[in-house]
Amino acid sequence: MASVPISPPHDTPIHWLGRVVVEMVSALGDLSLFTWQMWRAMLAGLPRASVLNQTFYEIGVRSIPVVGVTGLFIGMVLAVQGYDQFHFMRMESKLGAAINASLVRELGPTLAAVMLAGRVGSAMAAELGTMRVTEQIDALRTLGADPMRYLVVPRFLACFCLIPLLTAIADAVGIFGGWLIGTQVLSIDNFYWWLHTKQFIAIFDVMCGIAKSFFFGAAIAVVSCHQGFHCGAGAEGVGRASTHAFVSSFLAILILDFFIGMFQSKLYYILWPDPVSLF
Amino acid sequence: MTNDLTQFDQLTAFGEPIIELRRVSRSFGSQAILRDVSLAVYPGETLAVIGESGCGKSVTLKLVMGMLEPTRGEVAWFGRPLKQRSEAELHKERLKFGYLFQGAALFDSMTVFENVAFGLRQNTAMNERQIEDVVHERIKDVGLPSSACHKKPAELSGGMKKRVGLARALALDPEIVLYDEPTTGLDPIMTDIINELILRTRERRRVTSIVVTHEMSTVRKTADRIVMFYPLSRLNPHESQIVFEGTTKQAFASPDPRVNQFVNGHAGERILELAAA
Repeated sequence: MASVPISPPHDTPIHWLGRVVVEMVSALGDLSLFTWQMWRAMLAGLPRASVLNQTFYEIGVRSIPVVGVTGLFIGMVLAVQGYDQFHFMRMESKLGAAINASLVRELGPTLAAVMLAGRVGSAMAAELGTMRVTEQIDALRTLGADPMRYLVVPRFLACFCLIPLLTAIADAVGIFGGWLIGTQVLSIDNFYWWLHTKQFIAIFDVMCGIAKSFFFGAAIAVVSCHQGFHCGAGAEGVGRASTHAFVSSFLAILILDFFIGMFQSKLYYILWPDPVSLF
Repeated sequence: MTNDLTQFDQLTAFGEPIIELRRVSRSFGSQAILRDVSLAVYPGETLAVIGESGCGKSVTLKLVMGMLEPTRGEVAWFGRPLKQRSEAELHKERLKFGYLFQGAALFDSMTVFENVAFGLRQNTAMNERQIEDVVHERIKDVGLPSSACHKKPAELSGGMKKRVGLARALALDPEIVLYDEPTTGLDPIMTDIINELILRTRERRRVTSIVVTHEMSTVRKTADRIVMFYPLSRLNPHESQIVFEGTTKQAFASPDPRVNQFVNGHAGERILELAAA
């Protein structure tokens, strides 16, 4: 692993800035090498089905309740918060369209990914970190198993394939939560709720949200596994790896969200130069 | 002394060493752990690597196994440097080694059976029935009951973990077994059981062994030859890091105060470190 010799600390801001930049470039280089090794291991062959099944179950099936609850409350909160604004403009009937659009394009994928970075990413970093400090990763190598192929590839595939599915669940439950509060509690007409939703949301919007979540899933897996593999010694090291995994995944999600969002907006205007307006 | 020398000469007279460290240095960041270490291990012998904590014994074992790369120098297996081998070759050759980790390093999500079966499932075309037979044989070899097979590592005592670790290391019938502090943290009885297992493994399977240890009882019982490492921080720049190489009896009779102090477990002038603190 590339290690950059760091000179003794100096006090000036320029030295501090230099150190930060060197550390960031070094960390990015490490992450790139790690990703490259993971791709190489994946191209060499997939892990056994039993290993994949177990990982898919842990990451996918066991995350459904968390993602469902997150989606439900996002939808309900959006309805409660948005109602007053839309009521003030006498546009309550369009609240459903606004909630559902923000859910499928932005809030559903992003908040589901953030929840999963907390639940799945931290757990992966802690698990792999513990394996590292207890020499279980070394033990894999002595027994002829490639740790990348055995530990990282299944987690990457599970996050990459299942986080979009979990996002779809979060979207669906969120739409239900918004509808429940909007139509059953705030008495917005059910017909107009769905009419405006249909008018304003295209399949492109849903696909944009799901497409983002593939990138989010990949980022969570790579960042968290990298943190686990490079975990420091002892319980402190494992704790730190777990925290860093969440924080780094969260930052990666926000940065990716920004750039993918920009790209998708451009693409939308290329495909549909005259977009539908909510107002 | 004469008998010991003869025994030592016989070992080295076997010809080519199967493991060699050729002027190996290893650093972690700015911290040097090994400097210019040369070491040879001969077929069939049990080599004990002793020395105080932090002198690079475990790092040496990982270098031997090819899990760490030297900063300078080279490691060779069967006369050929690891650098000249492809990844696939290294992977294949590594299966000739068994490694017993200091903390056993059992996979805690798996049962004892799955731990011992892991290498067989990963590297052989055996069917489940054959794997089951081998696993039960290895478990029996290390003196554990078959009922232990269904337990998770968290349910085992320290000594049992070490024995499962040894069973796992021996599952693929290795030619060379590396023991990283096999008796550390165990009671004297369990220590003797592990020592006995090391001896038995050597006798039954004709393996070459490297035992990294602090325990002189382990050295006395199992080693044909000893090398003693000394921490770099206590050496002059041109001194060799291996301060002793010879037989067990020679180590106990060594005139070198550093060797004498370690094998007899005397703090000596180092007690002054307490006063300084």
